Amino acid sequence: MSGDIIFEMKGITKVFPGIKALDGVSFSARAGEVHALVGENGAGKSTLMKVLSGVYQAEEGDIFLRGQKVRFQHPLESLAQGVSVIYQEFSLLPDRTVAQNIFLGREPTRSWGLLDTEKMRRETQDVLALFGDRHRFGPETLVSDLDVAQQQMVEIAKALSLNAQVIVMDEPTAALNDTECDLLFQLVDDLRGQGRSIVYITHRMREIRRLADRVTVIKDGKVAAAFDHVPETGRIVEAMVGRDIGHFYPEPATPEEIGDAVLTVRGGGNDRLFDIDLELRAGQITGFAGVQGAGRTALALALFGAEPFETGTVTVDGKSVSLTSPRSAAKAGIAMLPGDRKAEGLMLMQSVRDNGMISARAFSGTLGAPDKTPITTLDQMDALFDAFDLRAANYEVEIQSLSGGNQQKAIVARWLSLAPKVLIFVEPTRGIDVNTKAGIYAQMRKLAQQGAAVMAISSDLPEVLGISDRVLVMSDGNIVAEFGHGASETEVMHAATEAHLELEAS
Amino acid sequence: MNIPRPKNLAALAPFLLLLAAIAVYVSVAIATGQTQYLTAENLLGLLGRSIALGITAIGQTFAILIASIDLSVANLISVSAVLASSIMSGDPSMMLPAIAAVLAVGVVVGLINGLVITQFEVNPLIATLGMALILQGLLSATFNNFAGEVPEEFQVFAYGQVGGISISLIFLIALTVAAWVFLRFTRAGSNIYSVGGNPDASKLAGMRTTRVVIMAHVICSVCATIAGLYLASRLRSGAPWIGRDGVYDLESIAVVVIGGTALSGGRGGVWGTLMGVMIFSLIDSIFNIAGVDAFAKQILRGVIIVAAVAVYAVRSRRIEA
Repeated sequence: MSGDIIFEMKGITKVFPGIKALDGVSFSARAGEVHALVGENGAGKSTLMKVLSGVYQAEEGDIFLRGQKVRFQHPLESLAQGVSVIYQEFSLLPDRTVAQNIFLGREPTRSWGLLDTEKMRRETQDVLALFGDRHRFGPETLVSDLDVAQQQMVEIAKALSLNAQVIVMDEPTAALNDTECDLLFQLVDDLRGQGRSIVYITHRMREIRRLADRVTVIKDGKVAAAFDHVPETGRIVEAMVGRDIGHFYPEPATPEEIGDAVLTVRGGGNDRLFDIDLELRAGQITGFAGVQGAGRTALALALFGAEPFETGTVTVDGKSVSLTSPRSAAKAGIAMLPGDRKAEGLMLMQSVRDNGMISARAFSGTLGAPDKTPITTLDQMDALFDAFDLRAANYEVEIQSLSGGNQQKAIVARWLSLAPKVLIFVEPTRGIDVNTKAGIYAQMRKLAQQGAAVMAISSDLPEVLGISDRVLVMSDGNIVAEFGHGASETEVMHAATEAHLELEAS
Repeated sequence: MNIPRPKNLAALAPFLLLLAAIAVYVSVAIATGQTQYLTAENLLGLLGRSIALGITAIGQTFAILIASIDLSVANLISVSAVLASSIMSGDPSMMLPAIAAVLAVGVVVGLINGLVITQFEVNPLIATLGMALILQGLLSATFNNFAGEVPEEFQVFAYGQVGGISISLIFLIALTVAAWVFLRFTRAGSNIYSVGGNPDASKLAGMRTTRVVIMAHVICSVCATIAGLYLASRLRSGAPWIGRDGVYDLESIAVVVIGGTALSGGRGGVWGTLMGVMIFSLIDSIFNIAGVDAFAKQILRGVIIVAAVAVYAVRSRRIEA
């Protein structure tokens, strides 16, 4: 049923400072097909699509649209040529109607520049009709009244109203439940039936099997495999994985290093987590794997009291604790290093020292000297910075002038001043270059060896496998599988992505 | 004057601005042949004319440092002046009860502002504007003219002198020093900078951020009530319009910002604010000596405030880049 080639990208190379994000990638899509673009986070899928739409300009390579060579300098140019990209983050205005959103920035006008609302309504109606009767909302509905799946339909409708022939969907099911997913799949089928070409970015195997006509796997900025059909799952996963991990990661813990259970959760739950039973041991690094939205971050936030458990019990060192706020969690000996350092970890305009001392100050009386708290003094903090080899011109400079790795070290030092028993690392190496990563892994190992229970959450699966003594896999707010050190990416990925299938089969 | 920890050029900007203002003042005085304005006494006198603004602005600095703002200070000044003079009613023995009552009102107003902002998550602009309107309503319902009078003993606050320097000026400097010590040498002070710098990160570091916000608002409101006491002392009685007529809400915000404290919080300090007050008085004096008419004066003041803030904005962009 596939037709002519609509667009073709040949030998695309895109370089960002320090890394080659894409290296000679070729990719194409035919009319009336769904081409699945697969790869791990950071493999280069989104970058490739941003090159296609003109958000980025490639250093090398050519793009042909219907046989014509094109070079988009701006997404508006590709939109005009019928290429629409629907990103994970929707670009809808919540307080405006569906019709107003669809015609955003190109509203039809009548004489005197007055808006032609009637035309907007009519044309929106026409586009929505393409969905059959599945949409259950009208042109005048406010976007904020729609659920996530419906908002996605509005995004798709926007693409259709521009008469897009190429529609790129970037992990469209990330925020959808099963029923909503089915609805989306039907829509994608319809779009294919209309002869449009769909590029479907995902890392979920069942979606590939359900939808795709062709599969291209990207890994480390290169095409790892291109299939003209949908191969068996194992071959796709194999192509996604299979990288040299090497001695990048520190040695795992020896049995003697692993101590008693420090933190125990029994039946922990809230609106994103269900019946969590968990034990974290001293000296052990426990990694958490799972697809986006599986509940790994929710678990970290629950343990740190930021989005507390509503049910279940938590004990630290055998004593029952109530984790209702970050402060209470910190008091119980739990520390969290947030994934979004800028927003959640740092006072950017304050000095490295102030950023390090903040927790020690927060847990000391308010009227004492800020540089000599009972918990730690400035000299001791400086010594901690030195011990971590924190590189800064001096410790009085604003922390925003430091590299991501050094900022991370300052936050680690902040928590170490409180001598925590449990350290939760969320995305410990996000935005940190490859060379610094090894240093951070070594640091995490050292903390474990000093007796802390370390919990590591990362969307970088090889990283989770490389640093962890034990890997727990989460899906839909549950812990669904456990592996020891040395688990293969394939088995973990299967556990993380196949949970749905097993449920369906049973 | 000791500028606390000038971490970069931004901390020096208000000082440079002050020097520039002094230079313009001197040259205008010389150019117009009015050299009698150039004594040190006269320069100190400039600050003396802005005591109420200075006290209010020191408090406002705390609110702005935690990335909040307080629009209720002007009406709170009126409330405290009226309250003080009617409780005192010329009776020296009522001075202490009056002062205690007025300060208590400050604490309560600050607590309410802080609680509304932290517990109901109302935007500070709206929360304190609401408080301003409520205070205004209470005033209008109770007073329509000068109420009560302060005893002569209390007028010492505004008119007294020690060694040739007015007591109120000494008080303002002492208040600034106290505020500086608090911000610079106590954990509560560093908490204020942390919360202003990034409230989410502060909370995730284990800090009780709501307490910090409430504390800053209490300090801000108490400062405003002290300014009200000063005005009652100076005017010998309190009137329900003195806060509003002085535009202490907007002017206190303006001098804090001119003094280099970031409206987004987390950066700045009280010495900058004091310089901001001096810059403001200098601008006024320059216009007076130069004989600029009142309307043009108002326009020029507006232009200077916006220009100063624009200069800061350009500079901090360059630092970030």
